[in-house]
Amino acid sequence: MIAIIDYKAGNLTSVKRALGHLGYEAVITADPQEVLAADRVIFPGVGAAVSAMEDLKKTGMAEVLKEVYKRKIPLLGICLGTQIIFERSEEGGTECLGILPGTVKAFPDPLIDPKTKERLKVPHMGWNSVKLIKPHPVFSNIDPRAEFYFVHSYHPVPKYTELIYGITDYGVKFVSVVAHRGLVAVQFHPEKSGKPGLQILENFCQWRP
Amino acid sequence: MLSKRIIVCLDVKNGRTTKGIKFRNNVDVGDPVEMAKVYYEEGADEIVFYDITASAEYRDIMIDVVEKVAQQIFIPFSVGGGVRTLDDMRRVLLAGAEKVSVNTAAVLNPKIIEEGAKAFGSQCIVLGMDVKKVTPTEKIPSGYEIVIHGGRTYTGIDALWWAKEAENLGAGEICLNSIDADGTQAGYEVNLTKLISENVSIPVIASGGAGVPEHLYEVLTTAKADAALIASMVHYGTYTIREIKKYLHNKGVKVRMVW
Repeated sequence: MIAIIDYKAGNLTSVKRALGHLGYEAVITADPQEVLAADRVIFPGVGAAVSAMEDLKKTGMAEVLKEVYKRKIPLLGICLGTQIIFERSEEGGTECLGILPGTVKAFPDPLIDPKTKERLKVPHMGWNSVKLIKPHPVFSNIDPRAEFYFVHSYHPVPKYTELIYGITDYGVKFVSVVAHRGLVAVQFHPEKSGKPGLQILENFCQWRP
Repeated sequence: MLSKRIIVCLDVKNGRTTKGIKFRNNVDVGDPVEMAKVYYEEGADEIVFYDITASAEYRDIMIDVVEKVAQQIFIPFSVGGGVRTLDDMRRVLLAGAEKVSVNTAAVLNPKIIEEGAKAFGSQCIVLGMDVKKVTPTEKIPSGYEIVIHGGRTYTGIDALWWAKEAENLGAGEICLNSIDADGTQAGYEVNLTKLISENVSIPVIASGGAGVPEHLYEVLTTAKADAALIASMVHYGTYTIREIKKYLHNKGVKVRMVW
């Protein structure tokens, strides 16, 4: 069973639907026992860091997620879920889970495309590619030209380069994939990224870290 | 870098896809769920469903369509038409849509943008703007006026002012439809699109008038649109999305190719 962490951050059902399409059963839950008993855990999210952290603390999910990581239960972070895994976010000066060392920063304002000198729009919304800097099982069978759907104004800045697996270019080069032990976390939405996105979910469901 | 998005628009009436010219003479072009699936497979970057069902009693059919679509396509899609309240937004989003679009309802009650952005996030809220070219006046300095009720009612609101206002209220994106160009397949309203795109910092989707791939090239480069909406040119099988994207790719526009 796959547990999708329920923390009122919207967009949880689309992850469940995508998993269902791939033939995997999942529950959307904030029950500590159910999460810790799961074979795999997905930590998705769209929304603001502040209210998300408040909810995670209230339901006890903040501690449960740290425990999931400690027990090496395969954990997939998506978008806001990925950001909250780090220590701190510039978004509202939020203290986050601190599972991985590092912070979450806003895109520079103004964000200028170094090639065209034109101002880029924030949020970074739409399809962009990911340059893998080292292989990861969750990214196997993915064409390097594949693009993924992003919607975000903040991005992770891991403290150690060892954590960095993928980079995306949007005026600045930002970290879009991080991984360590049983954790892999992506800034884009695999559940909304067409076939390559589904392949990543499939790979995660098969992954044995 | 970010790709320019090609978005397919399906006008849905009583659960069926239709297509009109300048908002009139609609003809049935197929089942929205099946069509969405084909466009998804072909490489559409996003799909927009516009519910033009006149009667409220058929609204549930649209929710049913949204639920079916959400189980089969795994790219973002939005729903517009008949979205008037926060509850309407919630229903559509829960059924599986990524975004909701408000048009007439936002003009009549701009607060809906603010409340929607607060409740679901700006990235969920698309402002749909129907625009008609008029002689510039003191009240409409840009020479582009907002019309509502499917193009039937002039509002006296300047399109440029409204675009900026909607951004301030928290809209995450603007879908800019030129009624003069809609369904003509004679090209997008380039001047209007450029004007709005250069004056807001949220993404602008150009809509209305696409007939050949060159039109998309023009609106995505000269007019600086972030995305281009298409309907007729693919609904009637004149072009496939793959062909359009290949054309744009060869002309140096960054688009997402399906490998």
